[in-house]
Amino acid sequence: MPESDQPHDEVRVHETTPLIEPGHTFASVTDKISSLVLKRRTPLGWFIGFGISFMLFQLFMLAVTNLVFTGVGIFGTNQPVGWAMPIINFVWWIGIGHAGTLISAILLLLRQEWRTSINRFAEAMTLFAVACAGMYPVFHLGRPWLAYWLFPYPNTMGIWPQFRSPLMWDVFAVSTYATVSALFWFIGLIPDFATLRDRAKSRGWQILYGLLAMGWRGSARHWARYEMAYLLLAGLATPLVLSVHTIVSFDFAVAQLPGWHATIFPPYFVAGAIYAGFAMVLTLTIPLRKFYGLEDFITDRHLRNMAKVMLATGLIVAYGYMMEAFFGWYSANKYERFMIWNRMTGPYWQFYWALILCNIVTPQLLWIRRIRHSTLALFIISLVVGVGMWLERFVIVVTSLHRDFLPSSWGMYWPTVWDWSMFIGTIGLFLTLLFLFIRFLPIISIFEMRTILPQAEVEEEAA
Amino acid sequence: METKPPLYGLMAEFDNPTDLVEAARQTYDEGYRRINGYSPFPIEELAEAIGFHKTRLPLIVLLGGIFGGLAGYFMMYYMEVIDYPLNVGGRPFHSWPAFMPITFETTVLCAALAAVFGMLALNKLPQPYHPVFNAERFALATRDRFFLVIEARDPKFDHDKTLAFMWSLNPKEVVDVEV
Repeated sequence: MPESDQPHDEVRVHETTPLIEPGHTFASVTDKISSLVLKRRTPLGWFIGFGISFMLFQLFMLAVTNLVFTGVGIFGTNQPVGWAMPIINFVWWIGIGHAGTLISAILLLLRQEWRTSINRFAEAMTLFAVACAGMYPVFHLGRPWLAYWLFPYPNTMGIWPQFRSPLMWDVFAVSTYATVSALFWFIGLIPDFATLRDRAKSRGWQILYGLLAMGWRGSARHWARYEMAYLLLAGLATPLVLSVHTIVSFDFAVAQLPGWHATIFPPYFVAGAIYAGFAMVLTLTIPLRKFYGLEDFITDRHLRNMAKVMLATGLIVAYGYMMEAFFGWYSANKYERFMIWNRMTGPYWQFYWALILCNIVTPQLLWIRRIRHSTLALFIISLVVGVGMWLERFVIVVTSLHRDFLPSSWGMYWPTVWDWSMFIGTIGLFLTLLFLFIRFLPIISIFEMRTILPQAEVEEEAA
Repeated sequence: METKPPLYGLMAEFDNPTDLVEAARQTYDEGYRRINGYSPFPIEELAEAIGFHKTRLPLIVLLGGIFGGLAGYFMMYYMEVIDYPLNVGGRPFHSWPAFMPITFETTVLCAALAAVFGMLALNKLPQPYHPVFNAERFALATRDRFFLVIEARDPKFDHDKTLAFMWSLNPKEVVDVEV
């Protein structure tokens, strides 16, 4: 039964599913979240999870060591596919990061209170995803120890970077994004560091959290400036996050290659980034809230809302695919036409149709209420979308490059074992950082959770 | 000869935000100005109640953004037009549309840095020591308790009278805070 057909009351009840289970107080919220870091003994599951992640991270170290000693020849990247796994993975990771900023900044400006219990975690995810993304351009340089050449600094060669290139824009966009995300995250943590400082029992932790809290004491004047700074940062991060994936899409769109040279790229990339990011947030929060018993704070309403955002952005992405196909035909340009036909029926046809299946067909299940309400189904769909978004970048990068204008220079690309090692290795790096974060920092913003309790309202006297 | 007062001020403890805001309003109306409230989460009404209405932070952020935008643009102008003009695909040396993305990024970067460091500077953080930390129960200010402080430097401050006044505000407790 569609939702609009239901009796009015039922719809209202559904909308008021609490953001936080009733019965919590300032003290219980504080103690529950801070005890995950401070009191509770580290669960065995944490060691197992961290151990596996750390092993995968060693695979990354191995791949990078081999890369530095041998050279980029260990990757399958070669003419005509001069941009392959490194940029696919770069775009995939950076896109995943975008959901964190969307949750923390855009939903803050839109006064979506439900963001409160997931924003800290999503921001951490952003930061780690950007760190993983950053590995690819640096290690794909060939001589990664000269990575600082990307920045404009006065040098003995007397030359400067070429600022008309989207690749230079990318350097600025990604480094700005990493910096602003880190600042936003750290600022959000300061009051919680103070809570941990005051709750910690051992001297060492008191000093460590005390240093990080920088003497925060919850003064009303401090809070007023803090809230202003937080709001302004959210206002700055909002256009920033849109600009970052726009600029990433310029890396492709400014080139004249069929399949890349399209005006739809910026909005389509931004929607795809949010789509992949929300899928990743769901993939991570569903097991996390289960293992740490956080169902009181990350309620079913959060999961359902995220599923709806995923469905909405998925539809924008579907529109993007449709327009790509439509303009391939409508352009009446034989290279464009060939490109889209080659995508659908050429040697990489499985990738294209798997992409359609993962990114367009599967998420349509989210229209069904029962599926939105099933945690397991959401988890599976979010994994499928994560794979789909990786396939999207593979299709865009590889199928456009491998057969361009001159049939004499056509070729095929397949990733080597080192391409895969580095990709799986960055997943290890990401999970390793995430496990450390879960162990040492509050995964839910404690002070913001206090503000959404009903007791936090100041009651005005009726006078 | 007047020496530095050994007392920083008096601190009253409340267990909910409504009482604290009400107490802060009364204290302000009573004529005390060197007062401050402490709470585990931001309370908009509290800042107003203690007479704190405006912060210069937005101006600092605006200036940071303007500086960042100009610095980014003119950095590129200098490098691409003056110091090392390079013909790229026949585009003009001063190809301003291509300079826009980086101008935007440096604007946001500098504004964000101004917001964070401006906030910390105006709040005089990091500040490892502050007298309020001497109060035994103040550690609860980061958990579930709300505090109001009247400083001894306030011209109207008189230990006994102020103490009596603070007890009239329905606090859970009032304590002396040493410097």
